[in-house]
Amino acid sequence: MEQVSIILGKTVAKLSHLRGNSGSALPGLVIEKTNPKFVKKVLSKLPHGVVVISGTNGKTTTTKVVAESLRKQGLKVFTNDTGSNFVRGVISAIIKNIKVSGKFDYDIAVLELDEAHAVKFSEVVPIDYALLLNVQRDQLDRFGEIDHTAELLQKVASTTKKCVILNREDPRISKITAEKVAYFGLSEPMLKIFPSDDNLIEKSAVTVSNKPAKVILEKLKGNHASYKFGKDIYDVDLKLKGIYNAYNVAGALALCATILDKAKPSELVTNVADIESAFGRGEVFTINDVEVEILLVKNPSAFQLSITSFADDDHDYMIAINDNVADGHDVSWLWNVDFSKLKNIKMVSGIRATDMALRLKYDNLEFEKIEENLPDAVKKFTHASKRPKRIFATYTAMLEIRKIISGKSIL
Amino acid sequence: MTINILHLYPKEMNLYGDHGNILSIIRRCEWRGIKTNVIHYEPGDKLPEKVDIIFGGGGQDSGQGKIEKDLAKIGPWLKDKIEHDTPALLICGLYQLAGHYFETSEGQKIEGCNIIDITTIGGPTRLIGNITINTPEFGEVVGYENHSGLTKLGEDALPFGTVTSGAGNNGQDFTEGVRYHNCIGTYLHGPLLPKNPRITDFLIKKALENQTGKIQSLKPLNDQIELRAHKVAAKRPR
Repeated sequence: MEQVSIILGKTVAKLSHLRGNSGSALPGLVIEKTNPKFVKKVLSKLPHGVVVISGTNGKTTTTKVVAESLRKQGLKVFTNDTGSNFVRGVISAIIKNIKVSGKFDYDIAVLELDEAHAVKFSEVVPIDYALLLNVQRDQLDRFGEIDHTAELLQKVASTTKKCVILNREDPRISKITAEKVAYFGLSEPMLKIFPSDDNLIEKSAVTVSNKPAKVILEKLKGNHASYKFGKDIYDVDLKLKGIYNAYNVAGALALCATILDKAKPSELVTNVADIESAFGRGEVFTINDVEVEILLVKNPSAFQLSITSFADDDHDYMIAINDNVADGHDVSWLWNVDFSKLKNIKMVSGIRATDMALRLKYDNLEFEKIEENLPDAVKKFTHASKRPKRIFATYTAMLEIRKIISGKSIL
Repeated sequence: MTINILHLYPKEMNLYGDHGNILSIIRRCEWRGIKTNVIHYEPGDKLPEKVDIIFGGGGQDSGQGKIEKDLAKIGPWLKDKIEHDTPALLICGLYQLAGHYFETSEGQKIEGCNIIDITTIGGPTRLIGNITINTPEFGEVVGYENHSGLTKLGEDALPFGTVTSGAGNNGQDFTEGVRYHNCIGTYLHGPLLPKNPRITDFLIKKALENQTGKIQSLKPLNDQIELRAHKVAAKRPR
């Protein structure tokens, strides 16, 4: 039966590829319908088990950090790095990597799943470890309410067999219970820099948790991060940018240290140094000898942290806001971000460029242009000066900008 | 001259972007040289003596539970303010609770403040999406709705507007929101005020008139971006 599914899946993948679809989910869809136990049978044989990473912000990059770290420790890691974080995306990735003989030559699976699909996945496949990053206001129009999203993650935690790694500083995550839990956290000075979702605009006093954390982000200066394991502190220069990535690395380290309890913290920390952001998250392109960095923004806390991270830099900025399904139709979240520290905004673009312009106006900010058409906006923005540049973009705007830049159609 | 803005329960009733409504009032006063003072009111706080504009937003079910008792306590005070023409904007959750009651889909009845003549029952699905309405006072109003409560207007209640695209109070009778004295109750987030500056100016104007006892005319502002964003929003699919 498994072999039939593998051949069927591979055939569908090939046909769909021939028809010009990159269609990463199609083979998965076919197998899901014809052999629902396939994914469980394949994954439950892995000697180090199955790891699920979920939460609102930073799933993709954190999954990459965990997968690459474990590889550096000598494990053969299977991961769904095609960016399709649904169950059928996982199946498609299996089909792509499994031998026709049924041989699936991996030690461990590290999977990124969104909150709702993580629950569905946990109903089908036993999870050994889960890393739950955060619950933030993202796509309320999809999940309804933020408390509901937290309940979904509680369900995932309840079925996790070995250990659940939780973000101690996120109130909705830290109250999740499971048979065995470990925490990652922030030092008190770092906690003050992080806005929580509940106090983005009116900052209330931060409360320091008394839960013991396995790994703490102790300090961050530029890209120089210090991580605390017990009493020992390890320093590293990260390639990943921004506070939020540095913090999610603490979660990744706590997870790796739990899976490989004999690994040396110093090695784990050194391992993360040269890991780069995932697709579309902080990618840097060079246009006309000028560096242009694209940053995905999809909810107020991530956007706020980006602005906080970069406040002192001397970059030009463009902001591109779309409101397609993958971005969320509701753009009101822009009003939960404080833009007042962002200088040198040269361009606003995307379907909801005018909403963004309006938001900036009410923070009393000057900006130079509104250009709804993305190709025109990118061209004008990147050719305006030789200063380094950053583009903040919602998901579909990011995809489009990437295509514009890497397609080089305008250069 | 200072306008005192009372923000009811900002901690629990602050779904997506409602801060933008307060910011709209602040800036449109500031750009005209009028000072503002925002008072955050949380359960158990002392009620302020001077209030010129009242704002209350929407919350999650859990948030609504946390303010219920306190709201019952300040209900008569709110009713008195609104009936003495204090301009007020009540959105989603606090709009519902300014009515007679909210009955959840499990049959639990939460008493409202009995200020406006509406009743709300929990519906089977969430009504979510872009919405445009037509209002007699402010013309076309745009916003984004996200609620499961179905609201019915009583005999004495006037709607805020008529739905041209979207669901509104209940998805049935094309009414949206309620108008009572200088109070507007509505389901429209977006946030409501930035893209509908006429409503912001209405609240400011009424606040000034209450303070001075004289008819006021506000200094006009350049609203080009507001109107452009309004137009774009009105054309977006549901």
